[in-house]
Amino acid sequence: MNSILIKNITKRYKGVTALDNVSFSFEYGKIYGFLGRNGAGKSTLINIMANRIFADEGEVVIDQVSAKENMEVHEKIFCMSEVDLYDTSLKIKDQFKWISRFYDSFDIEKAFDISRKFNLDTNKRFKALSKGYQSIFKLTAALALNVPYIVFDEPVLGLDVNHRELFYDLLLKDYENNERTIIIATHLIEEIANIIEEVVLIDKGKVLLQESVDTLLGTGYCVSGPEQEVVSYCRDKNVIGNDELGNLKLAYILGEKSPLPHGSHLQITAMNLQKLFVKLTEKGGN
Amino acid sequence: MYINPNIDKPIFIQIAEQLEDSIFTGTYPEETKIPSTNEISVLLNINPHTVLKGMNMLVDQEIIYKKRGLGMFVKEGAVIKIRQKRQNQFYDQYIATLLEEASKLQMSKEEIITLIERGYDHELNSN
Repeated sequence: MNSILIKNITKRYKGVTALDNVSFSFEYGKIYGFLGRNGAGKSTLINIMANRIFADEGEVVIDQVSAKENMEVHEKIFCMSEVDLYDTSLKIKDQFKWISRFYDSFDIEKAFDISRKFNLDTNKRFKALSKGYQSIFKLTAALALNVPYIVFDEPVLGLDVNHRELFYDLLLKDYENNERTIIIATHLIEEIANIIEEVVLIDKGKVLLQESVDTLLGTGYCVSGPEQEVVSYCRDKNVIGNDELGNLKLAYILGEKSPLPHGSHLQITAMNLQKLFVKLTEKGGN
Repeated sequence: MYINPNIDKPIFIQIAEQLEDSIFTGTYPEETKIPSTNEISVLLNINPHTVLKGMNMLVDQEIIYKKRGLGMFVKEGAVIKIRQKRQNQFYDQYIATLLEEASKLQMSKEEIITLIERGYDHELNSN
């Protein structure tokens, strides 16, 4: 089966282990949320997948082919990243021309079409664009590339809410017509919570969990009520965090719900993806 | 259509329920086409697989069916089927919760019956 296989990847920077023996895979045809706090190792892994930097140990295998220093994989994967890797003095329309020379699968018509939708002025130079429009140019280029694996690293940085909506619309329309793997690394979790099918959560250089969003939201919940009742309900459960509001105690739980005892004053409420993320990653946070 | 991410109900079930409601109230009459997964997915910013999962629930309940190459259509008799189903769920969804709240408030059976009768009277007067 086609996939991006991350095998035992370790990457160290001067005394810091950015990725610590990380192994998992991105399957073909799904939309992934690739989540983690600042400095968790997301961008490092994305850069390794894109062959921009190399891992100290381990390898990335894309559709059964090792990715390292292999030109073949460049027609398979594209990473839109936060850093600007473009010649900033080139006009946007010329950027598109250059990209189409490097990538066989680049659809230049589509790039101009998307630019029009965003009102991106293709006669402007990259450096003359605002921060938001620089992001728009980068994601336009990525959306117009017809590769099976596409990675967006903070795609909506600096975009206003209308442009973010437009991006998600275009992404989903594109996905419907042409199913492929889309990996989105972002801090705006709630915005993508319903778009993504699966979550990969990394924390301090390790994979904390990989799960379908449905399952994850089905197993995470919050119990609130008088302290003693909450404590006794939580006795045999996996509690990932607590909050207090006077005498009211809230416990965040991951796992099966057990029925509330008779005459209980407890309340069970849903937990959204963002809350789950915060609770799972706040231990030992900054 | 509106999806509430903060309630304890999976998105695909919410989609199934909202479509069902639109069929029941006649927004999508029997033997007409309902929106495609694509349209719903883009409108609500929801993964198309999730939308499909919701639609398949209605297919399993024989409320909608797939016309090859044309899309999903409302099945003949869907409205009666939905009404039947909702009548069956009426006790669990409304009466059970009503009685639970009434017992918390220490209200008697007679008081509840009086209130229900008042509701009916009010409705008759306002019509």
